[in-house]
Amino acid sequence: MQTNPTGKCSKKPGKATPIRERVIEFSLLGSGFLSVFTTAAILAVLIYETAGFFSEVSLADFFADTQWTPLFTDKHFGIWPLVMGTLLTSAIAIAVALPLGLLAAIYLSEFAPERLRKVIKPALEVLAGVPTIIYGYFALVFLTPLLQKIIPGLAGFNALSPGIVMGIMIIPMISSLSEDALQAVPTSVKEGAWALGASRLSTVFRVTVPTALSGIAASVILAISRAIGETMIVAIAAGQQPRFTADFRVPIETMTAYIVQISLGDTPTGTIEYNTIFVVGASLFTMTFVMNMLSQRLARKFRGKYEV
Amino acid sequence: MTGDRKTRNKRGIKPARGKTTEKAFIGLCLAAVVLPLVLLVILIADVVIDSAGRLSLDFLLSYPSRKAEEAGILPGLVGSVYLIVLTAIMALPVGVGAAVYLEEYGRKGWLANLIELNISNLAGVPSIIYGLLGLEVFVRTIGFGRSILAGACTMALLILPIVIMASREALRTVPNSLREGAYALGATHWQVTRQVVLPMAFPGILTGSILAISRAIGEAAPLIVVGALAYIAFLPDSIDSPFTVLPIQIFNWVSRPQEEFLKNAAAGSVVLLLTLLILNSVAIYLRSRLQKRRTW
Repeated sequence: MQTNPTGKCSKKPGKATPIRERVIEFSLLGSGFLSVFTTAAILAVLIYETAGFFSEVSLADFFADTQWTPLFTDKHFGIWPLVMGTLLTSAIAIAVALPLGLLAAIYLSEFAPERLRKVIKPALEVLAGVPTIIYGYFALVFLTPLLQKIIPGLAGFNALSPGIVMGIMIIPMISSLSEDALQAVPTSVKEGAWALGASRLSTVFRVTVPTALSGIAASVILAISRAIGETMIVAIAAGQQPRFTADFRVPIETMTAYIVQISLGDTPTGTIEYNTIFVVGASLFTMTFVMNMLSQRLARKFRGKYEV
Repeated sequence: MTGDRKTRNKRGIKPARGKTTEKAFIGLCLAAVVLPLVLLVILIADVVIDSAGRLSLDFLLSYPSRKAEEAGILPGLVGSVYLIVLTAIMALPVGVGAAVYLEEYGRKGWLANLIELNISNLAGVPSIIYGLLGLEVFVRTIGFGRSILAGACTMALLILPIVIMASREALRTVPNSLREGAYALGATHWQVTRQVVLPMAFPGILTGSILAISRAIGEAAPLIVVGALAYIAFLPDSIDSPFTVLPIQIFNWVSRPQEEFLKNAAAGSVVLLLTLLILNSVAIYLRSRLQKRRTW
């Protein structure tokens, strides 16, 4: 390779690139392009099957009905009971994960001694590594019976227990991404507050957290999206009864659990009943996609402000 | 971070002395950190205690049965191994290749931007959606049927974003001076990548890959949609064979009304947790060992 006239070391090879180099670069690009194909394929599958579904079921039946009974003789295709079940469990999960995750992030970033931080961070990450099937077992066999002693009228399958367990699972998501956001707040900003005589605590709440707010929000939205898409915990412990309710004590069904139920059942493929899983999948994909986009936008906004 | 502490000491600016409220708040924070960890310990203790008496060599080497005491996880274990090996063979080369493209080749181009946008989106897609994709594309359209191959293709797509992101992270840690040194010696772009950058980034890529594979081992939802069977009384003999995996076997036992089968589910969970623990320990060990050999 020739030396670069500008003196800067360029990464691009010279003009006389051997064929071999071209072929390699092209195949590497192909590997990268697989992700584009995957996205396209997901969209194509969901749109194609959803279009087929809506040629038989009207949009009004889908969006205006509050009953979801595709397997009964009296068929109703109102998506709201499944959406409600999903939102209910996710809301419980966030109610658990947001305070715990945020406090953990503040502690790790602002107060924890370096040695302790090095131990706690990976330990919290383990929570995200436990297979969800085991969380489901824990919710059904351990937590639900325990909660039944405290809350009268709590059914064996309910939204509360899987919601709480899901919350524990997503704590590391909030704590580690929020900690990154808090860490990114420049020391000079905090020093400004300290110089004015603020205590560590008021600096955290009046300066550091507000400054990192868009980064923290990004982590929370990502965690909500994760909770909405979580499958096995709710499939095991929340029940299989699509119900339009905000009552966390009774069995419900989430969108993800419904897809699992039909996949395991003996519904013949190719029927409208079976195709509902793609429609439910499309609704799920839309919800998580919007949240992921929002989260990325917030994160980018935050990084743009403070990345050094 | 350390930089934070250093600058603080150098400039000598310190926050006002903490009061009792600060101490109380730190206590609250500590509680928030400790509570989830305590729950993790309870969870592990719970499955270990529940599995008592069921975990044995027979349990590992038996087929599922209608009698809980005689049932085992052999088809699930073998199915998981087949699936993971196939998944790794497909996902790792492509994932590392994509990462190399993004970091070493097309850094700023619009193509790289498009790929990057897609990867970050795919990382957030719920795993069950990958199941729907696999069902339509691999099982029906390409015609793999409800086989290990279809399951492995689905899993490979699922872990691809994780492999790519971890590999990019590893590639980024290779100092630029090393690349420049190699170029100065007349190496071509690929020679630099193959002989300088990849060996340096190898420990990081390896760790990231093992973590991605751990994710695949514990995953059940997409495979249920693709059509892994819940009950299977034979071992898969080829990649076209129907199959089950350990998490689905556990799910099958959890969903049964009889209490006896819950014990099996717990014992299966212990096996799953142990597998993941061993894999992750290997990852950490390999990383620290390989990093020690580095001399620069």
